[in-house]
Amino acid sequence: MAEPDRFPPATPAGGQTKADRWRRQREREDRAARWAAVCFLVAIVAALSLFAVYVSGGQVQLEGLALFVAFAGVGLGIAIWVRVIVGHEEVIEERYPMRSDDAEREAFEELYEATLGEAGVGGRRRFLVRLLTGAGASLGLALLIPIRSLGPGPENDLFRTEWDAGARVVDAEGEPLRAEDISPDQVVTVFPEGATGSADSQAILVGLRTDVETDLRQPTVDGIVVYSKICTHAGCPVGLYRAAVGELLCPCHQSTFGVYNGAVVLSGPAGRPLPQLPIALDDDGYLVALGDFVEPVGPSFWNMTRGGGS
Amino acid sequence: MTTTDEPRHRSALDDVARWLDDRLRLAEGSRRYWRKAFPAHWSFLIGEVALFSLVVLLFTGTFLAFFYVPDTRLVVYDGPYVPLQGQEISAAFDSTLRLSFEVRGGLVMRQIHHWAALVFVAAITVHMLRVFFTGAFRRPRELNWVIGVLLLLLAFGAGFTGYSLPDDLLSGTGLRIGYSVLLGIPFVGPLIGFIGLGGEYPGTDVLGRLHILHVMLLPAGLIGLVTAHLVILVRQKHTQKPSRKATNDNVVGEPLFPHQTLTSLALFAFTIAVLALLGGLFEINPVWLYGPYEPFQVFAPAQPDWYMGWLEGMLRLWPNWEFTVLGLTIPSTFLPGVILPGLIFTVVGAWPWIDARWITKDHDEHHLLQRPRDVPLRTGIGVGGLVFLLSIFIAGGNDVLASNTSTGLQTITAILRVATIAVPFLIGWIAYRMARGLKENELAVTAADPTRTEPASGPPR
Ligand code: HEM
Ligand code: HEM
Ligand code: FES
Repeated sequence: MAEPDRFPPATPAGGQTKADRWRRQREREDRAARWAAVCFLVAIVAALSLFAVYVSGGQVQLEGLALFVAFAGVGLGIAIWVRVIVGHEEVIEERYPMRSDDAEREAFEELYEATLGEAGVGGRRRFLVRLLTGAGASLGLALLIPIRSLGPGPENDLFRTEWDAGARVVDAEGEPLRAEDISPDQVVTVFPEGATGSADSQAILVGLRTDVETDLRQPTVDGIVVYSKICTHAGCPVGLYRAAVGELLCPCHQSTFGVYNGAVVLSGPAGRPLPQLPIALDDDGYLVALGDFVEPVGPSFWNMTRGGGS
Repeated sequence: MTTTDEPRHRSALDDVARWLDDRLRLAEGSRRYWRKAFPAHWSFLIGEVALFSLVVLLFTGTFLAFFYVPDTRLVVYDGPYVPLQGQEISAAFDSTLRLSFEVRGGLVMRQIHHWAALVFVAAITVHMLRVFFTGAFRRPRELNWVIGVLLLLLAFGAGFTGYSLPDDLLSGTGLRIGYSVLLGIPFVGPLIGFIGLGGEYPGTDVLGRLHILHVMLLPAGLIGLVTAHLVILVRQKHTQKPSRKATNDNVVGEPLFPHQTLTSLALFAFTIAVLALLGGLFEINPVWLYGPYEPFQVFAPAQPDWYMGWLEGMLRLWPNWEFTVLGLTIPSTFLPGVILPGLIFTVVGAWPWIDARWITKDHDEHHLLQRPRDVPLRTGIGVGGLVFLLSIFIAGGNDVLASNTSTGLQTITAILRVATIAVPFLIGWIAYRMARGLKENELAVTAADPTRTEPASGPPR
């Protein structure tokens, strides 16, 4: 069955002579040419005005505008040119299947076989190819070795922070803190004394309310807990404290950690609690660490549970 | 050569090839190029040596760039090199020392990089001489000649910027001289100098800029132009020495596979091998001995890398003519440092047209190579030009020469001045006469014995 012709040829418009249409088309093109010329002129002016802007000290909005006008002018001028003056035209290109014709393919395969024979490795001496490949692969490996020079191994560094037994807990200004300085629901970003600003030792100190039951995993001082401030998900600083519900919230992907229950994950993508710092008071009444965090801080890594042996 | 009847079993490689052909229709093109002819003459391999050295430069350079710090700010050296411990040096020099003494494998990379730079420029130069003296630049290859000259300029630029990076005493001196030459250009010199360095010499931005030129812009230019060079080469096919078989209408040579592929692979391996040997066993640019750059220090003899020698020599030979016309001062560095090199590069770049217009008076397409004797005038000019470059190159070492021969520096310089002007003409003329003699002899022999078939090198001119 013949398909119905979905694209019948256009019937010629009636009532117009060929000359009429030709003249109208000419006028349209002339108008378009004038507009395109205007666009290019505007672009020239805008481009040159950049010099003036630059010489008079530069001004960001004017620079942006002038560049915009210049490029938009060029673009618009060309667009008018191609759409109206050049007009529409259709070319038809033949397509062929991407696979080479069988004859072509066979011809190449034959040539390949023959030249492999010529190379002396068609049959018995394949081992030459194998050995050369082996040499190339070994050299490739040898060339990768210098990559090892780029940095030291991780050694123990992921298992250690600057916290140590006896290290005083100080705030971001380096001031040591006493237990009585901290009121319930207060949070302070703290560091070990001498390492303020340290990326891996940053911790968050929270004053707990006394009327809430706690379930903590480390020795602590009346109503004060210190957790690593580095999110165990992807390492953002856990910056927000919602005192009403006792949750630390990480702003990056919204993990929440319950400060009354040893910072266990309450919601969000983090995979484990924030490590808690064991703390005590020293003889002068200042908060001190009893040692480093027991687990590695920050995002997890493959061998974290095997321990670094520090 | 073994061909066996047992069918090769399909390997994974075959499957990959078929998979690719299913998508990219590769069989026809592959078959066309699989047996592309490469004229088998060693002189055609020099360009490949340049290519392979460039590859080595790119790889070793990338390694260096992971450590190098383009910063002139001062730091206190606390590395393992005892004589400099506690001294204030630039962060750039510090990073070079770290590369040399602390980074495992760093020193060998640095030395291979530097040797590769020297070999690279040497290979390009010899390659260019082969193209020149065989007339391989003639139509249709003028474009590749011009691209080649641009490549040579970029290579000089890469060498100069690279050499300036470590910020040691020697590199700073080279930079100082380059800057001074720049400063001498009338009207725009000082502006260009200040724009280039971000202020008055030495400025604080200079290393950062040299670095980005050296590791990004110049390599990008080199890679782009080499690609164009090779695409044009494939399009035009190689030239060849004329023989009974090799004519202007064919290319006679070894096929791409397996012969040329294996030859090139071997050459690649040899190039790396030699560069590794040089870089491993022969110390080069031991910057720790030169010490950090201080604008008020210099040491003698101060010698640049070899390919800068001729520019340096020109500055040393030029008389101290410094004159002021109409309030415009022309420093004594301007003519030898800017105009003469500019002129030389222009003449070299325009050579294919100069050659066609005035020397061979031949604008036809040529694919057969000439021998130096076939065009005596070109050979004479080429040899003369080479001798000129050689003698200003020697002048670049006038201080070394003076101390080694215990002659006064002024005397040496005076002799070299005369030599630089007279000797090139003399030797160029001798070369011209010899080429003519050889050619005429040959013509006489052929004329006397018409049965001898002469290589088809066209009518004598
Ligand atoms: C044609 C290309 C090149 C040439 C002629 C060249 C030449 C040089 C030279 C002569 C030096 C001084 C070496 C020394 O300290 O003894 C150098 C240094 C250096 N090159 Fe290149 N080089 C080229 C390409 C590259 C590329 C592609 C890169 C990086 C992508 C690179 C990165 C470096 C670096 C970082 C240094 C400073 C190393 C140091 O001395 O501490 N080079 N180069
Ligand atoms: C980075 C530098 C360069 C590379 C990697 C390079 C590479 C090559 C290679 C591989 C060939 C093939 C034939 C042969 O090796 O002789 C070639 C041909 C050619 N090169 Fe270069 N070249 C470089 C620089 C130059 C320079 C400086 C010139 C001249 C000023 C030049 C002019 C030519 C010409 C005219 C040909 C065609 C000659 C023929 O077909 O016989 N090249 N180049
Ligand atoms: S980094 Fe804290 S939730 Fe993702």
